[in-house]
Amino acid sequence: MNKVVKDAKEAILGMEDGQTFMLGGFGLCGIPENTINALVDSGLKSLICISNNAGVDDFGLGLLLKKHQIKKMISSYVGENSEFERQLLSGELDVDLIPQGTLAERLRAGGAGIPAFYVPAGYGTEVGEGKESRMFNGKMHLLEYGLTADFAVVKAWKGDTMGNLVYRDTANNFNQPMAMAGKITIAEVEILVEAGEINPNEIHTPGIFVQRIFQGTDYEKRIEFETVRD
Amino acid sequence: MSLDKNGIAQRIAQELKDGYYVNLGIGIPTLVANYVPENIDVVLQSENGLLGIGPFPEKGKADPDLINAGKQTVTTIPGSSFFDSSLSFAMIRGGHVDLTVLGAFEVTDKGDISSWKIPGKMVKGMGGAMDLVAAAKNIIVATTHTDRAGNPKLKTSCTLPLTGINCVKKIVTDLAVIEVSDKGFRLVERAPGVSVEEIKEKTGAPLIIEGDVPEMKL
Repeated sequence: MNKVVKDAKEAILGMEDGQTFMLGGFGLCGIPENTINALVDSGLKSLICISNNAGVDDFGLGLLLKKHQIKKMISSYVGENSEFERQLLSGELDVDLIPQGTLAERLRAGGAGIPAFYVPAGYGTEVGEGKESRMFNGKMHLLEYGLTADFAVVKAWKGDTMGNLVYRDTANNFNQPMAMAGKITIAEVEILVEAGEINPNEIHTPGIFVQRIFQGTDYEKRIEFETVRD
Repeated sequence: MSLDKNGIAQRIAQELKDGYYVNLGIGIPTLVANYVPENIDVVLQSENGLLGIGPFPEKGKADPDLINAGKQTVTTIPGSSFFDSSLSFAMIRGGHVDLTVLGAFEVTDKGDISSWKIPGKMVKGMGGAMDLVAAAKNIIVATTHTDRAGNPKLKTSCTLPLTGINCVKKIVTDLAVIEVSDKGFRLVERAPGVSVEEIKEKTGAPLIIEGDVPEMKL
């Protein structure tokens, strides 16, 4: 079994206009930079993107937004991107804002074959409008649905030819639950090794969830707010 | 005299107990970490996937893979752990986090809070705030008592979109410590030199006042 593809361009083969894709990362931390660049070059359009954040104006998802390739975003927090805000206020872009923990669980559930579940987040707020609600243990909960996508694009630190993945530090974030939730999951890694070279005890995402893997190049790993000690 | 941001953070730090796992929001709540009493151990949770937030890195040592939920570079402490976002919110939703401290635009005497959206102006999203307020065992709001125009932020109902309902337990402002009781706001402490009258005047809901209200000890 070998899931290795040459590069990001080959990894996104078969992706079509109007499809839904997930993009891992939290802010700019742990985003699949190579695949984002390949998507920009592909010219694919009318995409629905599930991503916790929307990048910044000139990096990450912001690059796809600038080229109007996204018609809808499903996210929890989209600050730090003025082009996003402009497109949203002008009605060019549709956005579905979801509480962060609910978003993470919807991805996990989608990947785990759980169609729906109850959570307390958002009850009594506009997030709960039109949703089924039910009381458990004296507390009101909202019914939320599992999420899947045509493609999930994740970034891991290390991976092997069978698609097993290891994330590094807080660059794990949404990558791990998203890796489970793609019909086709693309993983880009900083270090690609032969199967057997990663200790099985240390694998975060077992290869069964990953269909295509490649070693990325030229990672910029931009820091959003570099903060140091006085 | 009313407290500054650091004073509010210092007073909130007195609520920490040994062994607490705590999630601190962006802004004043983050400053609470600077005032953790030396004789207790508190572990800070960052919802992007870190338990045991360390200090900011030394100059030149920032790691782009290691950030807090405010997207600032941080470090780890001995005993830190990393995990994905769904496990992070399992900690929060499952009631494993002892205390959440966050900021607010408005808080009501029923414990409702608005903190995430100003229609037509701010459309950034709720991030993890709704999950945190809906599930945390104990929620303290850190805020100024009034907004920049001098309007009360503590009131009987929120005018801005809600983050959660019936969830805030305590509010620490630049003027007072107020508990949200079954019967409404209860004035617990006042900032040094601030009168009960001034607090009453700047609060947009009735205040329960029992006997002498002590000054905060900072």
